[in-house]
Amino acid sequence: MNFAFTEEQEQLKQEARSFLGGKPEPAWRELAELGWLGVSVPEELGGAGLGFLEEAVLFEELGRALYAGPYFATVGLALPALGDEELSRVAAGDERWSAEIDGLVPDLGSVDWVVTDDGAARAEGEVLPTVDETRPLGRLVAADGDRAPLAGTLDRSRTLAALACEAVGIAQKALELGVEYASTRHQFGKPIGVYQAVSHKLADTYVETELGRSLAYWAAWCVAEGDEEAPLAAAAAKAFCSEVAVAACERAIQVHGGIGFTWEHVLHRYYKRAQWIESFWGFPAEHRAAVAAHMLEGARDGIPVRVA
Amino acid sequence: MDLRDTPEEAQFRAEVRAWIQENLPDELRGHRGGAARFEGEALRAWSRALSDAGYPGLTWPAEYGGRGAPYSFQAIFYEEMARAEAPPHVGVIGLGMAGPTIMAHGTDAQKERYLAKILSAEEIWCQGFSEPNAGSDLAAVQTAVTLAPDGTRFIVNGQKVWSSYAHIADFCILVGRGDPDAPRYQNLTYVIVDMHAPGVEVRPLRQITGEAEFNEIFLTDVEVPRENLLGEIGQGWQVAMTTLLHERATLGFALTTTLEVGVRKLFSLVRERGADDPLTRDRVAREWIELQALKLTNYRALTRLMQTGIPGPEGSGVKLHWSEQNQRLTKLALELHGPEAQLLDGESGGYWQFQQLRSRGNTIEAGSSEVLRNIIAERVLGLPRSR
Repeated sequence: MNFAFTEEQEQLKQEARSFLGGKPEPAWRELAELGWLGVSVPEELGGAGLGFLEEAVLFEELGRALYAGPYFATVGLALPALGDEELSRVAAGDERWSAEIDGLVPDLGSVDWVVTDDGAARAEGEVLPTVDETRPLGRLVAADGDRAPLAGTLDRSRTLAALACEAVGIAQKALELGVEYASTRHQFGKPIGVYQAVSHKLADTYVETELGRSLAYWAAWCVAEGDEEAPLAAAAAKAFCSEVAVAACERAIQVHGGIGFTWEHVLHRYYKRAQWIESFWGFPAEHRAAVAAHMLEGARDGIPVRVA
Repeated sequence: MDLRDTPEEAQFRAEVRAWIQENLPDELRGHRGGAARFEGEALRAWSRALSDAGYPGLTWPAEYGGRGAPYSFQAIFYEEMARAEAPPHVGVIGLGMAGPTIMAHGTDAQKERYLAKILSAEEIWCQGFSEPNAGSDLAAVQTAVTLAPDGTRFIVNGQKVWSSYAHIADFCILVGRGDPDAPRYQNLTYVIVDMHAPGVEVRPLRQITGEAEFNEIFLTDVEVPRENLLGEIGQGWQVAMTTLLHERATLGFALTTTLEVGVRKLFSLVRERGADDPLTRDRVAREWIELQALKLTNYRALTRLMQTGIPGPEGSGVKLHWSEQNQRLTKLALELHGPEAQLLDGESGGYWQFQQLRSRGNTIEAGSSEVLRNIIAERVLGLPRSR
């Protein structure tokens, strides 16, 4: 049993954090140059030939940096449906993809192609006003039968695991913002972090974030290994981590007081992204229903002996 | 990252599972804990059987009679105990707290005298830290541990409280005030008290459950030989931190084990009573998800411990979350009983009624939730100190 990232994966995390810290909105071309677009694309197709754990590391850091481009749409959502030619174009940064889920397409306005049930569609349609402006949803123009065949299918577990990792990054950032503010903002002659009504909220966020992190990494590992528990792990992780991220932002906003409620402060963007994640491809209750079905009617005796 | 058992771990798991299957008496399976865990020959016999099989002290070094196994074996042992709903060893204070403290701070003579009998379950230990006026604030204990003028022994006077196992214990790890004039954190002295010595009186403390699981210990002119000192006079705080560190390092797995038993029983209850209600299904799914999160967080902390020798901060919230989850879970179980929830002799034989009341202690014992949140806020998050 070894539940830790490798040294190389930790290094990738540090690199991603430091790069995004200096440049939170890198151009798509730069992501291709960094090799992030082809992390799990085979080397012969121009990728790095790594796996989902490396992508999980990036999703967490991109969540933490509130990256606004179609990385999630392309790598987290559409990738498993693509064939070799599309994959090599994605790895090279020449093509961006999304997928239609529940009739809506994330980042429709900034991708080239969309995976649908009937094949690949050109990304043509209407971008809809969306609460999270940094990841707008769109609707394709009505199907006209003009769809190109796709080599694979979407992988819901993989997408949910990616969202869980993003959510962990968001919760972590909300926690850091809250701690920083509580340590520097003074009222009644003291930093407000000395008041337990403030500090205990942040302690709760810490605990929940660590619990969520454990679930998200478990889900990522299951996806990376093709483990049969991936659907269960991903449902559990997405349900829990998205709620944790929303709650973390809500507590951070409360700790910030008035400024946290304004458009000037970045927190509202994190909050909206957390809510976007919570709503996409099933709210937490839907995933808990799946978990309940698995545990109550599934073949197993109730609880995995081991996590895997 | 690999969440599967290594071949060695898998082999150990199979061994433990088979051993429990063969040795756990049916009447002890699904034991409800509480005061009943001290009573009856069956539980003592079970503890001795565990000891004879070498399961206590798995991670203790071989020189102290342990197996020197990695922490992952300890985790596997707990998981398999939970899977079988087996009651814990009666020597938990000795194994989890007194033993590690003696290994870290004890003299050779103390190690020789005490460790083997902790492992063998021949001697039972209790803990004398909390007092009526010193709960969360350990440095404020008032029990006097005074060196006699001739320097051969200490005279102990005072009162301890919330002491599990004290009524059956042979020894107590006790922290008292060694030097009333010394500054805070340099005023405590840590000694081993013989619970059979004259002047030691144990009174059971009846709890909210109606049971007496904890005790008060009254100490009146109790003579403690000087060789029972752990660490130095005035260094009791530092020694006590070792005890509490060990409590917290291994506690996560032990706690999650009890919660896993609870979730298993909750699932059975839901299946028996018909699992149609979507709200109930949502709530039990939440319990399972959060149990899984706790288990996985233990694994992360365990990996860090095995790689670096130091427990990371990840695990610091496990006890906090566990206690609140256990309170929520036991209430849910009662709610599923409907109008019979108040009946003590219903079909679950009072199991859930007991667990629900007992769970109220979870957020108080072994570090109250308020203290644990302070610790996380100040030591993990680096927020300014509240006092």
